[in-house]
Amino acid sequence: MQVTSSVREPLVTGGKSYHDVTHDVSRQVEGKPSLSWFLAFLTAAGVLGLGSIALIATLWEGIGMWGLNKTIGWAWDITNFVWWVGIGHAGTLISAVLLLFRQKWRTSINRAAEAMTIFAVICAAMFPVIHMGRPWLGAYWALPLPNTFGSLWVNFNSPLLWDVFAISTYFSVSLVFWYIGLIPDFATIRDRATGLRKTIYGALSFGWDGAAKTWMRYESVSLILAGLATPLVLSVHTIVSFDFATSVIPGWHTTIFPPYFVAGAIFSGFAMVLTLMIITRKVFKLEDYITMGHIELMNIVIIITGSIVGIAYITEFFIAWYSGVAAEQYAFINRATGPYWWAYWSMMTCNVISPQLFWFKKIRTSIVATFILSLVVNIGMWFERFVIIVTSLHRDYLPSSWAMFYPTWADIGVYLFTFGLFFTLFFLFAKFFPVINMAEVKSVLKSSSEKAAK
Amino acid sequence: MKETKKTYWKGLEQLSNDPEFVKNADREFPELPSMISEDGNASRRDFLKMMGFSLAAASLAACEAPVRKAIPYVNKPVDINPSIPNYYASTFASGGDYASIVVKTREGRPIKIDGNKLSPINNGKVNAIVEASVLSLYDKERLTGPYLAGEKTDWASLDAEVKSKVAAAGNIKIVSNTVLSPSTLKALNLFSESIGGAEVIMYDPLSNYGIAKASESMYGQAVVPSYSFDKAKTIVSFGADFLGTWISPIEFAGQYAKTRKISKERPEMSRHYQFESNLSLTGANADYRSPIKASQSGLAVLALYNMLARKAGAATVSAPAVEVANLEKAANDLWASRGASLVVSGSNDPNVQTVIHAINELLGNNGATVDFSTPVNFRKGDDAKMNQFITDLNAGRVGAVIFHNCNPVYDHPRGAELAEGISKARFSLATNMTMDETASLVGALAPDHHFLEAWNDFEPKPGHYSLSQPTISPLFDTRQAQESLLVWAGETTNYYDFLRNNWETGLYTQVATLDSFQTFWDKSLYNGVLALEREGIPFAPIGDVTEAATAVARTYSADNSGAELIVYPKVAIGNGTFANNPWLQETPDPITKATWDNYLTVSQKWASDNGVTMIEENTRKASVTINGKKITVPILIQPGQAEGTFGLAVGYGRTKAGRVANGVGVNAYELLDASAGFVNFDITSGVTVEVTGDSYKIARTQTHQTFMARENVIQEATLSEYKQDASAGRYKPEIYKEGEFIKPSKISLWKGHQYSQHHWGLAIDMNSCIGCSACSVACQVENNVAVVGKEEVLNRREMAWIRIDRYYSSDAAADDLSGLEKASENPEVTFQPMMCQQCNNAPCETVCPVAATTHSSEGLNQMTYNRCIGTRYCANNCPYKVRRFNWFKYHDNTQFAGVNVAQNDDLGKMVLNPDVTVRVRGVMEKCSMCVQRIQAGKLEAKREKRKVKDGDINVACATACPTDALVFGDMNDPESRVSKLLKIEENSTSALKEVNEERAYHVLEEINVSPNVWYFTKIRNKDKNEA
Repeated sequence: MQVTSSVREPLVTGGKSYHDVTHDVSRQVEGKPSLSWFLAFLTAAGVLGLGSIALIATLWEGIGMWGLNKTIGWAWDITNFVWWVGIGHAGTLISAVLLLFRQKWRTSINRAAEAMTIFAVICAAMFPVIHMGRPWLGAYWALPLPNTFGSLWVNFNSPLLWDVFAISTYFSVSLVFWYIGLIPDFATIRDRATGLRKTIYGALSFGWDGAAKTWMRYESVSLILAGLATPLVLSVHTIVSFDFATSVIPGWHTTIFPPYFVAGAIFSGFAMVLTLMIITRKVFKLEDYITMGHIELMNIVIIITGSIVGIAYITEFFIAWYSGVAAEQYAFINRATGPYWWAYWSMMTCNVISPQLFWFKKIRTSIVATFILSLVVNIGMWFERFVIIVTSLHRDYLPSSWAMFYPTWADIGVYLFTFGLFFTLFFLFAKFFPVINMAEVKSVLKSSSEKAAK
Repeated sequence: MKETKKTYWKGLEQLSNDPEFVKNADREFPELPSMISEDGNASRRDFLKMMGFSLAAASLAACEAPVRKAIPYVNKPVDINPSIPNYYASTFASGGDYASIVVKTREGRPIKIDGNKLSPINNGKVNAIVEASVLSLYDKERLTGPYLAGEKTDWASLDAEVKSKVAAAGNIKIVSNTVLSPSTLKALNLFSESIGGAEVIMYDPLSNYGIAKASESMYGQAVVPSYSFDKAKTIVSFGADFLGTWISPIEFAGQYAKTRKISKERPEMSRHYQFESNLSLTGANADYRSPIKASQSGLAVLALYNMLARKAGAATVSAPAVEVANLEKAANDLWASRGASLVVSGSNDPNVQTVIHAINELLGNNGATVDFSTPVNFRKGDDAKMNQFITDLNAGRVGAVIFHNCNPVYDHPRGAELAEGISKARFSLATNMTMDETASLVGALAPDHHFLEAWNDFEPKPGHYSLSQPTISPLFDTRQAQESLLVWAGETTNYYDFLRNNWETGLYTQVATLDSFQTFWDKSLYNGVLALEREGIPFAPIGDVTEAATAVARTYSADNSGAELIVYPKVAIGNGTFANNPWLQETPDPITKATWDNYLTVSQKWASDNGVTMIEENTRKASVTINGKKITVPILIQPGQAEGTFGLAVGYGRTKAGRVANGVGVNAYELLDASAGFVNFDITSGVTVEVTGDSYKIARTQTHQTFMARENVIQEATLSEYKQDASAGRYKPEIYKEGEFIKPSKISLWKGHQYSQHHWGLAIDMNSCIGCSACSVACQVENNVAVVGKEEVLNRREMAWIRIDRYYSSDAAADDLSGLEKASENPEVTFQPMMCQQCNNAPCETVCPVAATTHSSEGLNQMTYNRCIGTRYCANNCPYKVRRFNWFKYHDNTQFAGVNVAQNDDLGKMVLNPDVTVRVRGVMEKCSMCVQRIQAGKLEAKREKRKVKDGDINVACATACPTDALVFGDMNDPESRVSKLLKIEENSTSALKEVNEERAYHVLEEINVSPNVWYFTKIRNKDKNEA
């Protein structure tokens, strides 16, 4: 039973009817691409093209194109990997966890958030492959495939192998979940379309007939997938954090990493969702669906996860001191005061201090402030991974091997490549797929729109 | 439809029902063999077989099989078996350096040089230069044949030219570095006689003329004595780098190490004082090191003489007072151990060396640690004669000049003058192997063989002989220089017969043997060395120290305020002859850890006064003006550099050495002064140093200089502390568990390995490691380790499997982390060889996703290159950072062809060890503990149906180590040296051995990765713990 409360803020504003919802969302798909879309898409594709020069150079010449060295074996590659995986967390969290908790406000943002998840995971998954010395072999040797190499098998002790499973599971479940959610909306578009478009969207909608039984199955599948996806939200970044936590390197060997990484991932994921949503609602004029209420709620999630991350940073320091392990203590003092102090303090400022500004209602309900802070948070989260990876490695146990890391043009280029890829895919999605889950929004319309309630 | 009754016949055979036709009537192609067997049962199977075969055949035909040519011997040489190495005793001698060696050849190619254990001089040990010299054989820039006036010619025309021109030219000079070979000297004499007399002028780039000259004034004979550091309890060195570059460093390092090995049974070691300006390898090993200015060194020597003279009751000499730390203390120790002490000086000033001789005379060391009766022949160069020659040449007084394997245009202070003078001689010739600075200026070139292609004999000391023999046919149309001399002298015998003849008529008659000459010769050749009992030449002092002392007092001053430049040779590059060898260029200097450059070493104080800082590899350049000559060199801040002094290495700034060395660094020989009658390496006046605005990058393999007071890395104590407690200085971490503190090795997630057969281990004595880097070059040669060049070293990607970590002490307190980053003004130095620790609980093994690095059943951590996909996780997780990644394709890649010559050109590749894979791009590599040698040793033992004995197998680094600091062996074998050194409890096959030696420790014991490499604490012979 839906209960309409006059006290509660409506989830969809503007007094939209069911038809309005369909129309507002579908017209983006059906209309001609706007000039602004074209410009944005071409920019993204251009960045993709530029970045691919760096990517090809790396694949052709070798990993030596990057700034890595004998002491620092991972830097931007794994930083970018963890960063993109982190960003890919919000989508599933919003659609699965919030679905289970019956948070209705999720309906208008889950589609785009999930799409973002999938594209971010694609960008992330690229790094473990291209960072290999021999990706042409590693791309399939890292999988437990039966082979003719003798009794060769993968090493199940290795956290990198767990990563392979974690990322691929997360990606497939997210993809299936996202696609299932798209089916009723594809059917809506199919029903409105003619000609070739009808055929394509017809194929995409898998013969959706809108029958009560179909809807029932749809809801069951959504619930089952949400149930499956929820542990994944926690497991993916937990396993990514094992790459570091199970090692012996001071600054990596830390038991706090799993919850700390998960909180950080949700933190950065929400920030990225905000960044994209603020642009999307503006460009596609969806202010009535993605309301200030949504933005504020997401900002609250950012305060919470940001604070968790902040506490984790402080706890790390405390434990380094409390453990009495000299190498650990040095690693943390070096983070704050060593040659990479600027990275550490960028991270602290962006991740711990800046989200606290959202305690002010004025700031968390300001579009501009939210947009800026969402960018700041993602910069901070990139630095967090850089700090963990590079500053821990650059000065570990034997001072004779201490070194610095300087990125090369190829490091930057490959990072740009992933940006290009992400935004190219996102703009394609925004144009050709319904960016808001029409079916689910309609289900909350009754409780939030007077017109629909009639 | 009406049924037709018509019948059509296939042919007359069918009509006639021919039996042959009936049989094949149902087969379409009767001429093909039937697919259906006679009984017709297996037809389906046969079809499938045929299908399968056709499919396989078709797909096989589609794969192009690579063409591999294995050409068998038509007549197999007796000694050459594929994959079985042969060893030949031979000799390395160059520019006054000497080592008796054993050359390993594979399928007729020399690939590795080890020391000859039978040699009493280098005792089976080598240094970096000797190790690396095998690569110069395969240098494609060697001269490939004789030249006349810049045109390639044949030997007959060259010989005709020489015969017609030389004698006619008149006033003939033959210039050479010290010639150690009696037969060469004889050949030189024969040639000289045949042309009516030629003067042989010997000089050495690193001259020890001062010692010989001093001996002449003191004892009447111009010789360089033998030294016995092993008999010395107190060693005092004034700037003599006897462990690195002075006279006979391999020999001295071995002797020195004997006095530095310490155990509970023998808790004694020598005490070593060093007074010097640059921080040398020797100074880095000293117990007490005092930085002094070169301008003071003479006075310090005089002061020491006077202190000792007072104790001995002898007459003192008048000398200006000079304040030198630790000098008094040194005098007391010297006096206390007189007769078993040794004072040496690196100065080339004959007057200083005379005083040194007198000091050793006062201490009664002559005959004990200094032996004039068996002088060395290594560096007999005569600076005065060379000086005169250059003057004569420039004045046009020299008719013909022959350069015999020497390069004075580059390595003599007056090289530039010499370069101009050569054209004034009517005839000039060089026997140099490459078109170097000198060879490119002469009229005729008669290139010599590489020493691995040639016969020769050597007499490093009277009574000590060694032979060298060819280990490969000459690669090019070169001719042994001695043979050329014989040809030009009109002799018809070849040099081999000439040499044999000399031995038959000379040495053979002096040995009391019943062997035939053939047997004697074969034995000598097999052993490589021959030692004869020789009556020592009696020596008595005839000279007096007063005159020399007066001269020293006059030329040196206690308070020189000007800058001083001390020119020194580096351990790996030496005098620069082998500068074109990339293995040596990439070997980091033991002290500065810099590669591919020379640089101005400056004191920390000067640097801060002049606002020069060195962050990582970034530095600035300085312009140095010496009496009008100006050079620009990068600055390197060197802790321990005496204030007011600067150091600059020779051996760089080659212009015609070849593609590797050309343009690397600046030539410091040009700055030296030879006007005082000897080549003076200390420039104490007329030096100005100014910082220029230019920035520069020096490629160093280690940029952090101190060990940050980390006791889990470096553990050290003083001798007195050690005597009280053998575990002094040991850091013993303990972990709290359930109410008690226990050793980290007692807690583990791992079940622990069992090694039922062998358990390989390595014990490293930090007390005897002098840091000379012979091990790392040996490893590079043995394991085909790539050279990556300066750019990639700057990117911190050098590939060395074994490195020597060099740490300076710091004055800061243990909790002052930023203070600890700065080294002391005059630091204590510790060397720590670091290679894969072959951990029993290896952190690299667990993290590899594809199990490319795994544990062997003998305790080794193995790296499977084929399987590696290059995630680099193992390297990140290695606490010792010893894993090396192939960032690029280093072999067969034009980008690295100029530096990694051993893996790029066809000739250079001949030096590769066929037992070790050349690694491809994108895989990880690291020390394998020479697993190929372990395997070969085990196979050999198996073939002989016995167990592996200790000593059958040795790793390349330990084999080369001149001080025996590394000991490799089977820790399961209670009789092995390593087990005894570590005092391992017997009958344990567990990976975790109970080691009872108190000095032995694991680096980073607290993380319990349980290495199979053990380190022994560094013990300094100091009164108290002080820097």
